[in-house]
Amino acid sequence: MLDFMVEGTGNMKIAVLSGKGGTGKTLVSVNLAAVSKEATYIDCDVEEANGHLFFKPQWIEKEDIAVKIPQVDKKLCDGCRNCVNFCKFNALVYVNDELKIFDEICHSCGGCILVCPQKALTEKDKIIGIIKKGISDNVTIYTGVLNTGEPSGVPIINKLLSEKNLKENKLTVIDCPPGSSCVVMESIKDADYCILVAEPTLFGVHNLKMVYQLVKLFDKPFGVVLNKCLKEDNPAEKYCLENDIKILSKIPFDNELGTLNSNGEIVANKDEKYKKIFSSLLNKLVKEVQNEAVVNP
Amino acid sequence: MKIAIPVENKSLDSNVCLSFGRAPYFLFYNVETKESNFVVNNAAAVTGGAGIKAAQTIVDNKANVLLVTQLGENAASVLKAADIKIYQAKNASVKENLDDFTDDKLSLLEKIHAGFHGRRNR
Amino acid sequence: MKQLLILSGKGGTGKTTIASAFIKLSQAKAYADCDVDAPNLHLISGWNSEPTRSDYYGLQKAEIDLNQCIQCDQCRENCRFDAIKLDEVYKINPYACEGCSVCEFVCPTGAIKMVPAVAGELMLYSDKEKVFSTAQLKMGSGNSGLLVTEVKKQMKSAINEEVKVAIIDGSPGIGCPVIASLSGVDMVLIVAEPTVSGISDMQRVIKTAVGFNTKIAVCINKYDINIDNSNKIEEICNHQELDFVGKIPFDSEVVKIINSGQTIVDVDCISGQEVKEVYEKTMNSLFN
Repeated sequence: MLDFMVEGTGNMKIAVLSGKGGTGKTLVSVNLAAVSKEATYIDCDVEEANGHLFFKPQWIEKEDIAVKIPQVDKKLCDGCRNCVNFCKFNALVYVNDELKIFDEICHSCGGCILVCPQKALTEKDKIIGIIKKGISDNVTIYTGVLNTGEPSGVPIINKLLSEKNLKENKLTVIDCPPGSSCVVMESIKDADYCILVAEPTLFGVHNLKMVYQLVKLFDKPFGVVLNKCLKEDNPAEKYCLENDIKILSKIPFDNELGTLNSNGEIVANKDEKYKKIFSSLLNKLVKEVQNEAVVNP
Repeated sequence: MKIAIPVENKSLDSNVCLSFGRAPYFLFYNVETKESNFVVNNAAAVTGGAGIKAAQTIVDNKANVLLVTQLGENAASVLKAADIKIYQAKNASVKENLDDFTDDKLSLLEKIHAGFHGRRNR
Repeated sequence: MKQLLILSGKGGTGKTTIASAFIKLSQAKAYADCDVDAPNLHLISGWNSEPTRSDYYGLQKAEIDLNQCIQCDQCRENCRFDAIKLDEVYKINPYACEGCSVCEFVCPTGAIKMVPAVAGELMLYSDKEKVFSTAQLKMGSGNSGLLVTEVKKQMKSAINEEVKVAIIDGSPGIGCPVIASLSGVDMVLIVAEPTVSGISDMQRVIKTAVGFNTKIAVCINKYDINIDNSNKIEEICNHQELDFVGKIPFDSEVVKIINSGQTIVDVDCISGQEVKEVYEKTMNSLFN
């Protein structure tokens, strides 16, 4: 068992994102959490949650996540269709003298409830997914899973990042979904610092640009981790240098690392040389966040 | 009897539109009077729930039968509630499909695909 | 015209790398990039001309006329998406606004209106021989399903002659954009990666695709990074009676090739050789 673990991170929330999938977001998130004396790992990629596959946690809690869906009292409904006409998502139809509601289309805005002149509509809960809490050594894991077919993972991410999960005085690593859509924005809104993971390909740079714009828009302090670095020219590195973007770490392309990772192993726990990479990254992050606190209190 | 068909253009020579929810127009054809009524499909450009909104149009225009090449489960459930029979159209002109229908050559639609936001049937 | 869609479930498996090889091999006259969140195909498809661009409008967004606002707080109270905040004046966060129009309804003075909002951009590359349709979703947007549908529609309406096969590069995940891209395609090729994460994601995308009654084929990319996992994937395919069309080895040359804007079949390399086999088997399955 490797002994030196990074301490003194305090209550630091790090979001890890990348423009495209497969760059190493989960690799970085999982291993950062693993090398900290104590950490919380939150998997916000609710469509394709992977982090728990590495931690293999003992699950201790689970919570169904529900959104509000309308239901109609047929005795009060007079077929005026105010609700059908109001719904911007087309979740309501009036057919065969009754109101038909499409749960999967509904965005839970509550509008139809408000516009009904007969007060015939009320709300009920619909389960869209689940949040599970687990423990694996020094890491507390929160995983959110969106049920197949559900349109939006935002309510789950919202719950994952709620007060009680973030409050503890330890490192929190937020593994974000890929891309820069609304689910990503939801995932980074409370972060103290953002790590952008980039791979050394033309695709990687193009997608790095997108998340770079995103973190600038949200005014988040950020830095880049270059993953799978090879001897050849790295277009992602070039982009960072040209745009004065801080490079926090360069993880070399490494067959052994790839194999361990492909088997669901936490590489930092397997070999000293990988532990060093992630410990020094974490130490660097602590310094960055402390600096930010001084510069932007 | 009134037959509804999603169409590309406002003409009986028009091809059947392969999409239901996003068809630009619907033709409502009255078999007895042989009248044709083309209605703009206001669901064509919506960002979501197109099939559902289009199905409401079919119901409101009091069609008894719908001819389509494909249909999603959400639209199908609306039409079923209104007792509208759905037949498998072929990728051809409206006129051909109408003739085939009156000659009893079309069969009921069997494959309903999952709605774009719908649950998979377990 | 037969449409082949390439999906992966997990990102980074090599979907676009393989799609670009297929496009080269089939000399495709029509192809599209439906990964509207993070489109990449245009980077290696070798177009020198500028595309025709058009705005894509998504759901309308709310806008507050501050001159009419009496700060009653009804809008903020009723917004379920936390899109309205009071920061000296009432402000709507366009990234959080879902266009439900509840705020417009509850506002007593009519200070809130729903206005058109550009949610992305469609791009069409075309010349006398081929067309390439793609799009970019604007940052923070949701609802990319319709944009995916527009990309496919744009491709189809730009085709002016007999096209045998259209290749569509899909998006990762299993959500709305994947479902929209599945509609109307003749076959799906799933690019799987032999990792624990990759297998888990592959199974989720298979479940999504099965509901569409299209042919499903699976290939493994970078298969030799983990032979055990690759065997596992083949077993899953046999068990679910899916068409297994081959496996491509990890190739350290790929990064250099892609970065020079080429496809793996433009250059002599091991992945290029194997992808040709995968291509033959896939096309065989598609046309029979």
